[in-house]
Amino acid sequence: MTIKNDIAISDSGFVFAPGTGESFTVNPIGAEIIQMLKEEKSVEQISERMLEKYNTDATTVEKDVNDFISMLRHFSLIEMND
Amino acid sequence: MEKQRYERPLIQKLENNMPNKFGTRTESAPMTHIDDVAVKDLMDKYGSPLFVISEKTIRTNIRKARKAFETRYPKVQFAWSYKTNYLDAVCRTFHQEGSWAEVVSGFEFDKALNNKVDGSKIIFNGPDKTEDDIKKAISNNALIHIDHLDELYSIQEIAGEMKKKARVAIRVNMDTGIYPMWDRFGFNYENGQAWDALNKIMRSEVMVLEGLHTHIGTFMLSPNAYAVAAGKLADLAIGVKDKYQHEIRYIDMGGGFASKNSLKGTYLPGSDMNPSIDEFAEAIASTLINSNFPPDKLPLLILETGRALIDDAAHLLGTVISNKRLSDGRRTTIIDVGVNILFTSFWYDHKITPAQPFTQYTENTVVYGPLCMNIDVIRDNINLPLLNKDDHIVIQSVGAYNMTQWMQFITLRPPIVMIDPEGEVHVIREKENLDRLLEFENVPEHLKDFTL
Ligand SMILES: Cc1ncc(COP(=O)(O)O)c(C=O)c1O
Repeated sequence: MTIKNDIAISDSGFVFAPGTGESFTVNPIGAEIIQMLKEEKSVEQISERMLEKYNTDATTVEKDVNDFISMLRHFSLIEMND
Repeated sequence: MEKQRYERPLIQKLENNMPNKFGTRTESAPMTHIDDVAVKDLMDKYGSPLFVISEKTIRTNIRKARKAFETRYPKVQFAWSYKTNYLDAVCRTFHQEGSWAEVVSGFEFDKALNNKVDGSKIIFNGPDKTEDDIKKAISNNALIHIDHLDELYSIQEIAGEMKKKARVAIRVNMDTGIYPMWDRFGFNYENGQAWDALNKIMRSEVMVLEGLHTHIGTFMLSPNAYAVAAGKLADLAIGVKDKYQHEIRYIDMGGGFASKNSLKGTYLPGSDMNPSIDEFAEAIASTLINSNFPPDKLPLLILETGRALIDDAAHLLGTVISNKRLSDGRRTTIIDVGVNILFTSFWYDHKITPAQPFTQYTENTVVYGPLCMNIDVIRDNINLPLLNKDDHIVIQSVGAYNMTQWMQFITLRPPIVMIDPEGEVHVIREKENLDRLLEFENVPEHLKDFTL
């Protein structure tokens, strides 16, 4: 699973997909996750980072990160390559 | 390093027509306190869900309403509509503020007597008054508002047997230009039914015609409809005076003023759109004053206002159980408040405000209750801040009809607390428990034992 490499993300949480011309907004945590996906971090690494940084628990993070990734897939922003 | 507050990650597609001008308005601040009492403390102590009533708001509302009418009309009397919210603590707050009682059943009548309301200050409305109810009303000198001819004949007979005069009024229905017309209750003005009933009462030896009543509908948005109705009742009263030299003591305009809630399907919030109590007061008072009553013979004006006095005095606190997605990607949030305790979610788009801080990010969400039923939808589309599991929410303006029309279903009904003007919290209805509910049930002997 990789995020499409032409996806542009601005500091203000504005996401642009040149392939389709579509734009999106993300909140800061969403932007962080996209950034980590661009750095080819795994879901486990992303979840660990969230747990370190935020006041939450492993179940919530697992559920929310998976949900977020499924939305990225829904918007065709990531490609499944395995 | 201290950990930061968590918010679930969010991505939303920007549509060409975004941002939408309507329907995207959301709360800018959490509702952390009600009358200076912390929502979190209330939920820690009394659990979730929890109804919270503000005594201060009730008193402010009734005082404002009285002022709106009393500054425009010389003789005004409010009567608290029991069915809107008949918790004793609520009724007694209204009675302390001078309101009489308006009831529609023997049960409500007994509740008003139990609240120490003098029988002569109880207005008895509704189509279903049993013989016992009528006897009780007559012996307590209550004001009986007759709904149909069968009732009129029963009163005639019972009062005759009791050798005691019944104090009566008739409920009148009429065309006020409002659709649908509420013509199933009372006697019609336009087709002469009302006059027919008035003639029967005036010829009766055992009934005294005290007043005329109407209730033209509920959640009315048109002050003018009240002006039309007041004009027609004034006409009847003056007609009775001309024909029988009998003075009608009061005109009762019923309830029905819209509260500040938003009806389902309307774009702009009710707080911006709905007429104020002053507009209704102006319409009614000016019509009566400009009618043909001699200035010193104006009848008492009675109002049975319900929802407009209590809706915004109560909130329902709840908790997020889970966030999910529907198969089409739509966000859903399940809360522990179901339609069985929030009946008004069928009519209103209730405002839902988080009880803890949130960011500016929002998501269109369907809010479901916890019942295992498809109809259990609290909001079918609301732009909500990002709530986490276990977060608290405040559903606003739930004071009317919910605490009387609620159902015990699947779970036990929650407690109700009232915050007094000094900030003291009182449990005014306890949380239901299994033992009390089982007191109503009996198991036949042959069903007591079984083996599985
Ligand atoms: C006879 C009568 N009076 C008063 C009311 C109170 O109405 P509302 O809560 O709309 O003011 C009702 C409610 O339907 C009613 O039927």
